[in-house]
Amino acid sequence: MSKANSPLNDFMNGIWKQNPIFKQVLGTCPTLAVTVSVMNGIAMGLATTFVLFFSSVIISMIKKLIPNQVRIAAYIVVIATFVTIVDIVMKAQFPELSKSLGPFIPLIVVNCIILGRAEAFASKNTVVRSAFDALGMGAGFTLALLVLGGIREILGSNQLLGTVILPATVEPMLIFILPAGAFLTLGILFGTANFFEQRKKENARQKVIEANRASRQVALPVEQQNEGEEA
Amino acid sequence: MNTVVKMLLTLLVIGAISGGLLAKIFEWADPQIKLNAQKETERAIFIVHPEGKKQEKVSGTTSDLYKVMDGSGKVIGYALPCKGNGFQGLVKLMMGVTPDLKKITGLTVIEQVETPGLGSEITKEGFTNQFKKVNPDPHIVGKKGAAESPNDIVTITGATISSKAVVKIMNEGLDELRKLKKEGKI
Repeated sequence: MSKANSPLNDFMNGIWKQNPIFKQVLGTCPTLAVTVSVMNGIAMGLATTFVLFFSSVIISMIKKLIPNQVRIAAYIVVIATFVTIVDIVMKAQFPELSKSLGPFIPLIVVNCIILGRAEAFASKNTVVRSAFDALGMGAGFTLALLVLGGIREILGSNQLLGTVILPATVEPMLIFILPAGAFLTLGILFGTANFFEQRKKENARQKVIEANRASRQVALPVEQQNEGEEA
Repeated sequence: MNTVVKMLLTLLVIGAISGGLLAKIFEWADPQIKLNAQKETERAIFIVHPEGKKQEKVSGTTSDLYKVMDGSGKVIGYALPCKGNGFQGLVKLMMGVTPDLKKITGLTVIEQVETPGLGSEITKEGFTNQFKKVNPDPHIVGKKGAAESPNDIVTITGATISSKAVVKIMNEGLDELRKLKKEGKI
């Protein structure tokens, strides 16, 4: 059990096994809306990670002080504080980025990944574990946005991070920049992720069956003997 | 009773800490945010008045109007930020006109959320440069296909609404300037 509770394991959980986008399907609104380019995806991912990390740590620290009845209200205030900090700092330091992400930075407050992790993890676990869990979830979210943003930017505008990478003969598929493209891309990614997951499970099952069969062939005579005795 | 007091106290303390923290951070960031907005406006003003060297806010009006001077301090025109509804949301423009309001010196889109690839073409020079040649008196007209009179602007194929929105915003801005001129404020 000690391995399952290790900080590294908490971190890795968020990257794939419980990836907020591909496995938990949380926070899909900002995911679909902002990923018209890789840069937007990374910025949104990092902003969310920042909020997730600090709110998880703070909530984990004060979890014993908050009466159970007002815990959600208290969590939201903590989360909103960090979201507002991100919003203000971005407006001051990165006005261009802040403009292209628009209302989706303030909307991090209602991103279910953050409240979800606060309620499901940070309010029940130690500060260190919560911190690693938040970092893992944040990294998983950022990764998902990066992949989604990358695919949409390459197909939709022939560019990656603003530099042209596909030749001009390839007509940019405008639909990938539009909202419909976000749904298509995310759907295909979900499908791919589930396909591999299913195949892995199928392989594992096949292995168990084969292992069973192999052991039964050895064990069969014994079993038969036993049955015979019972009869 | 005890729980109620505890609940109230907890929220009060959390709220107070959060409010205090945000106030401090805003205090630090506010000048920077204002500076960014001002830089943005200034950049837009010199796009619509490429020969301009200095700009100054016109006082005495309720409009957010700027006059632009060249190197010697002679007024070469006005710049007016104006906005209106496009196809999907707010379109903000900066327009530049000559002092007699007879000619548009330039137009740049500051903010828009039109459809990428279609409506967003209103930010491209191919569209905005048309306004430099158009006769804005009495009104600019958005036309599909080809321009027929000197007042016409050719709208973008597939983005007629966005193009006409820009034309409408420009006309409203010009009307505002004409009114100010009539009142002798500029």
